[in-house]
Amino acid sequence: MPYGLGIAKGMMVTLRNLVRKPVTVQYPEQRVAQHHRFRGEDFVWYEERCTGCASCAKYCPQGIIKIVTAPSGEMTQEGEKYKLEVFDIEIARCMFCGLCVEACPYDALHMGSGFERARPRQSDLVISVDELKASAKKPSTWFRPQLQDRGYDPFQPGDDVSWQDAGREKSVAPTYEEMLQRWVQGR
Amino acid sequence: MDSPFDRNGLYSGLYGFFAELTPDGFGWLAYLLAGAIIVFIVVNGVMLLTAFETYMERRVLGRFQTRLGPNRVGPFGLLQPFADVLKLIMKEDLRPAMADRLTFFLAPVIMVGAILLVAAVVPFGPNTFLADLNIGVLFIVGIPTIATVAMFLGGWGSGNRFALLGAARAVAMLISYEVPMIVSLAGVLLLAGSMSLVDVVEAQRLPFIVLQPLGFFVFLVAASAEMNRSPFDLMEAESELTAGFHTEFSGIRFGLLQLAEFGELVIISAVLAVIFVSGWQNPFVSPDYAQWLPGQVWFLLKLVFFLLLFTWIRATLPRMRVDQVMAFAWKALFPLAIINTLVTAVLVVAWPEPEYGQLWLIAAINWAVAIACLVLFSRFLERHRERPTASVQLVEIPAEAS
Repeated sequence: MPYGLGIAKGMMVTLRNLVRKPVTVQYPEQRVAQHHRFRGEDFVWYEERCTGCASCAKYCPQGIIKIVTAPSGEMTQEGEKYKLEVFDIEIARCMFCGLCVEACPYDALHMGSGFERARPRQSDLVISVDELKASAKKPSTWFRPQLQDRGYDPFQPGDDVSWQDAGREKSVAPTYEEMLQRWVQGR
Repeated sequence: MDSPFDRNGLYSGLYGFFAELTPDGFGWLAYLLAGAIIVFIVVNGVMLLTAFETYMERRVLGRFQTRLGPNRVGPFGLLQPFADVLKLIMKEDLRPAMADRLTFFLAPVIMVGAILLVAAVVPFGPNTFLADLNIGVLFIVGIPTIATVAMFLGGWGSGNRFALLGAARAVAMLISYEVPMIVSLAGVLLLAGSMSLVDVVEAQRLPFIVLQPLGFFVFLVAASAEMNRSPFDLMEAESELTAGFHTEFSGIRFGLLQLAEFGELVIISAVLAVIFVSGWQNPFVSPDYAQWLPGQVWFLLKLVFFLLLFTWIRATLPRMRVDQVMAFAWKALFPLAIINTLVTAVLVVAWPEPEYGQLWLIAAINWAVAIACLVLFSRFLERHRERPTASVQLVEIPAEAS
């Protein structure tokens, strides 16, 4: 392109961009819609489902989940359930791989759906057990197909997910009627 | 009172006002007070213009890149420049351990001072200027070179090799572009017959951009190189290098350097508006000097037009390589400026006092020369373009003695 016509062409391109509508999303007021399988920062934990087995802590590649349990005396079908005294997730070093969520045998731990946990100090970036108990139950559907099949979306307004709905099955143990059907009347 | 302030109605009025107040023998005091007031107005006006120019530039550049510019601070983000300055003032002002203290501290100050000095001779409107120097054009091309010296001072004083290299690069480029910039104004001076900027404005029955297209083009390009703007901003090259000569500056010193840069942009745009687009005059009905708007408004409109033009260029053109930049200055702009000067000189000799119709004839001849020159030079440069060649040397690796 001799004679400086290339410059004129480029100038026309930018001029066309000038009259185009900006694509900026004004963040605090407007938000880009996230995917429902987005692995967010605020972990969702169901106290009723957790047995304190510490699989999540074992599988965490960073080793940032600290779990201290004590005998609780509460018996479930699998055996004694432990009471959790400490359940600290140090978000500052978390890489949101979701392995803890995959490792949880009881679907007690879910990835969250938030991304606004920025804090000025690193020591603030620890999710404690009280925070986990009190937090809103808006789990991500990451590795939780049962939530996805229901059409649940954490970014849509709606109710929290109760612990009965968070698991892969409705209930782990067969009911009395089912056992009666299978072992007594079915024979 | 035969002084640079004779044609400044504002100054004369203020001087008369203070001369009545001051007792006999204290005339110098009135002179000083009036001058100080005008200086205050001009300096603050230029500073405000610069501040809002930064806002406008970021905003328009954002729109060029299909995003919004700064729009959070105040209505439409109008307070953004003040927020920037506050942030810079609150930052720590640190000096590198190896810095040369005096030069490091002086560089931003000298730079801003030089830029504000240039504002002294720019006529912002009829009777709205500080001084009407009879060498105004020389002043506006000469004083910014002090800013070049300040750049080198900053690069040297940083005590940083890379800042020094950036400064050396900047100085080499700037003095190369001074030459075509000054020579491109020669045609205008020949047509205007005076170096005083007020005379230059009043000499424009047609805007000089019509009479001097080649001179305008050369001055525009050289000026954009002069104030390190894209596509010649390779001393700063914020996307490639750290920052060139102001690598080590932080806090308000960096702020002052930025202020100098954008102040230079404002001043150069003002100079372009004054010299090439007939300053405060209505460009459409020039012969009888009819004004539709106040002169200051016309001037501001032209100033904003040039600022937007520079922003547009910045949004569009990619950065040039350093050898391309130097080659462009010496192989293209300088000969073009010389040719423009020669042609204009011949035309001025042919029609010493042109009628309005003859002005159009001169304009036509100049346009023909300009287009012919641009075509020829672009072909010449295309043919003789230097392409960087990588020389590969094969090195015989001796076989290992096993």
